[in-house]
Amino acid sequence: MALLTLAMVLASGCGRSDDDAGVGGGGGAEAAPGITDTSIKLGGSYPFSGPASAYASIASGAKARFAAENAKGGIDGRKIEFLALDDGYEPQRAVTNARRLVEQEKVFALFNTLGTPNNLAIWDYANQQKVPHVYVATGASAWGADIAKHPYTTGWQPDYVSEAKGYAEFLKKEKPKAKVAVLYQNDGFGKDLLGGFEKAVEGSDIQIVARESYEVTDPTITSQMRKLGASGGDTFLNITTPKFSAQAIAAVAKSDWKPLHILNNVGASKKLVLEPVGLENAKDIVSMTYFKDPEDPQWADDPAMQEYKAGMKEHEPKADPLEAFCAYGWTAASTMIEALKAMKEPTREALMDAVRNMDIEIPMLLPGVKVTTTPDDGFPIQATQIMKFNGENWELQGEVIEAGT
Amino acid sequence: MKRAAWAGVLVLAVLLPFFFSSYRVSQFTLVLAYAVAALGLNLLVGYSGQISLGHGAFFALGAYTTAILVAKSGWPHLATIPVAAAICFAAGFAVGIPALRLHGLYLALVTLGLAVATPQLIKRFDGLTGGTQGLSAPPPAVPGFLDFLAADQWIYLLNLVVAVLMFVLAAGIVRGKVGRALVAVRDNQIAARTFGVDLARYKTRAFALSAAYAGVGGAMFAISIGFVAPESFGLALSFSFLAAIVVGGLATVSGAIFGALFIEFVPVYAADVNEALAAVIYGGVLIVFMYVLPTGVVGLLRRLGARVRPRKGEGGEHAGTRFERGTADAGDGAGERVRAKR
Amino acid sequence: MERFVETVIDGIATGSIYGALALALVLIYRSTGIVNFAQGEMAMFSTFGAWALTQAGLPIGLAVLLTLAASLLGGMIIERALIRPVEGSPELTLVTVTLGLFILINGLARWIWGSQNRGFPSMFGDGNVTVAGVSTSLESLGLVAVLLGVVGVLWLVFQKTKLGLGMRAAAVNPAASRLVGIPVGRMLMFGWGLAAVCGALAGVLVAPRLFLDPGLMGPVIIYSFAAATLGGFDSPFGAVLGGWIIGVAEALAGGYVDFIGQDLKILVPLAVILSVLLVRPHGLFGSPEVARA
Repeated sequence: MALLTLAMVLASGCGRSDDDAGVGGGGGAEAAPGITDTSIKLGGSYPFSGPASAYASIASGAKARFAAENAKGGIDGRKIEFLALDDGYEPQRAVTNARRLVEQEKVFALFNTLGTPNNLAIWDYANQQKVPHVYVATGASAWGADIAKHPYTTGWQPDYVSEAKGYAEFLKKEKPKAKVAVLYQNDGFGKDLLGGFEKAVEGSDIQIVARESYEVTDPTITSQMRKLGASGGDTFLNITTPKFSAQAIAAVAKSDWKPLHILNNVGASKKLVLEPVGLENAKDIVSMTYFKDPEDPQWADDPAMQEYKAGMKEHEPKADPLEAFCAYGWTAASTMIEALKAMKEPTREALMDAVRNMDIEIPMLLPGVKVTTTPDDGFPIQATQIMKFNGENWELQGEVIEAGT
Repeated sequence: MKRAAWAGVLVLAVLLPFFFSSYRVSQFTLVLAYAVAALGLNLLVGYSGQISLGHGAFFALGAYTTAILVAKSGWPHLATIPVAAAICFAAGFAVGIPALRLHGLYLALVTLGLAVATPQLIKRFDGLTGGTQGLSAPPPAVPGFLDFLAADQWIYLLNLVVAVLMFVLAAGIVRGKVGRALVAVRDNQIAARTFGVDLARYKTRAFALSAAYAGVGGAMFAISIGFVAPESFGLALSFSFLAAIVVGGLATVSGAIFGALFIEFVPVYAADVNEALAAVIYGGVLIVFMYVLPTGVVGLLRRLGARVRPRKGEGGEHAGTRFERGTADAGDGAGERVRAKR
Repeated sequence: MERFVETVIDGIATGSIYGALALALVLIYRSTGIVNFAQGEMAMFSTFGAWALTQAGLPIGLAVLLTLAASLLGGMIIERALIRPVEGSPELTLVTVTLGLFILINGLARWIWGSQNRGFPSMFGDGNVTVAGVSTSLESLGLVAVLLGVVGVLWLVFQKTKLGLGMRAAAVNPAASRLVGIPVGRMLMFGWGLAAVCGALAGVLVAPRLFLDPGLMGPVIIYSFAAATLGGFDSPFGAVLGGWIIGVAEALAGGYVDFIGQDLKILVPLAVILSVLLVRPHGLFGSPEVARA
């Protein structure tokens, strides 16, 4: 009986294929895994469960975009299949997902996995397996900084350092002697942005007079806000995620401290942050953006926005198109589609070639913001535009700032 | 009989990487790491009756020890395992001493605090641990003379060797003097004391041992995943280990395997069924398990086994037992006959 | 000096949050002898229910009342359906069931309402008031007032009513209570129901400040455990006072002690739990556990 069980268990293994025997190749002109004449398979890992699950809306946006493209016939007749797996924001699950996507599902490329630690957990693997690991959903500057070591990995959004530079440039013009008090999340995102800002204001008259950090496991940030309010700063750099952005804005509103308030892009959602706090409390807050805001009435008649909203309604009806995260996912997927279209051969090498040599505009990006890469420039988007909240909506200010070198 | 079962499991485990896809094999490698950690927790909770919700902290300590030694000092992977075990043994001992004053839910609370503090402490010492950026420790490469093995098979087999060692050790502990003392401590502290069992010594030793096991599990985890970051070692991890031993079966050695299989595979399957409901399914399954199988999977197997095996003391009438067995399972002749004789 | 007062007042306001949830924890422990790890998630779920009602157009006061009633019912149902089957089981089984509940309820909330951040109206409006030269929100004051009120009511119920006596008896010695004719099952159910009401109250009082998402109570619960431990697991007033002490300690530590900094603030409640349990396990106001030799 025991032997029978043994045999049954082993048989359920379905055996190993030749691909499992060694490190997967995929270079050269042979047909790559995950791509056939009629389909392209992409894979990504997102936190559908757990504390970061608010970001899973990004996957909805991406899925809708791919579905919309498929409805138009796909790319050269190839329909895109996008497999989004749950990792609960845990790096080890991202690793297992990556292995599953590459070795079992045999995807053509890994697209838009979310989270800095999760992508750090899988980028060595992806690059070893020579699987494209593109347009990752995090703003860490690591993805573009060392192309030689990780040639298959790229980011997508303006990285946090570029974002910080944008704020620094804005301050140098508007308030060259600003005294800045900073609240930042104590993780890669917060530290990256703060570090970028510190570097960008070096040598100028802008001073950072206080830095307070918080953990995502903190119940409140009252004491941090108190200290910042008492620091003598006249500018508040708010590097937080939505829940804490709201708490910080509320704290400022309730106190006597009325600084120039700069809010980072992740925390700038009207729906998730400003409305809960009360729009009148958010007046004059400054932030930046690079894609069209679904809640901004100025884009109501914009064809790209209309296409986006219609596509979301049809293909991902449960998601909320007004959420900026959905628009993010949609726009990133659009970039992926452009790269796939520009691919000269159906191989992974050709995809990376296309990804690393781009100069295009994407309809949902702001006018003036382009996706540009060269073999030396690994940052697809580095342009941002400052926006200011007028009490009802975000208003774009000035010109697009190009932070790239 | 039991030994035959274990031998069978071992054979299965060794053959496994040659029959499953590389992705599955990597999952089973994780199962091995979790099983070793669960084994440790069972020693503490099941055998010595001390509830710990902070097992993940020692797991993290072991994982980071390995990652730091491999990534920063270039140590060979296997050599880091004894170091991880030793460091965690000491840490577990240190925790075990104040734990003597606590029992039941109070101990659970304090260890809960330990689990909650772990990611913060990892971040605080970011010079050493890499903080939120995490630490990459590339998995061991397949040695030249074994190049017929794929990377995933090699890592699995390495971890299997470690796991087998840890399981054999555990079985020895449980059956020996320490194990009996622990059970005595768990069941009736006062009686145990009258029997001369030094409570303090055994309880702290239980903590230290369980921590060492967690550390080894963590080291195996780091070897197989190749990356450590604070997000991997939060409260959810400690909860998982608790779930593992309760599902597998408290105070059993084999239970750790079932528990580890549960915590690795059920969340994945739940997510496949419905991503949004994955947590609901997982929590629900856990609760249902407590109603239906409070003694865990091993408890169930033992109950089934007791029905098949002839009872001790009864002559074990040949015909009767064979009939029983006939209905219970298809039977393989030789093995069963030997059992009936006994 | 003003900063010190501000910090202390901040601490009390934050500590009220911890104390509010700690009240619910203490209630369950007092009436059923179990520590319910899922208490925070139940409170969060109730708060979402109240939010849904306000979205449907109900005024906040009515929404809260309805939610409290629903939570009473919900708590009773959970006890009867989910906890009763494993009553009397070893501690570990109970712990695992409440952990399973934690995971399940959190997942359920995410599935029903999504994980997005949203606002929650305050029952006391948005105004500010100056106390001792420092500006505090009406909402924080309201929280403190309600907490003290609930503690008072609970004290009355437990000490002065037959029901309270029955509940205490059922928790301490179910077998003997049955012999005396106390409907133990119903007492347990009521205990859970009452605790659920306290939790819901905590949630709706706290959500305006913390903003509402399924992670509302996750960070709070460890602090609430510390508060309940410090105050004594069977003392409602102790829970609230414990919350204040921890809130103030944490605010002072984060504000003045630099090597702790903001990232290791979590060590404060842990240190509290550990020292209390080692020095005086029954906390400030709890009754000591007496073991018969």
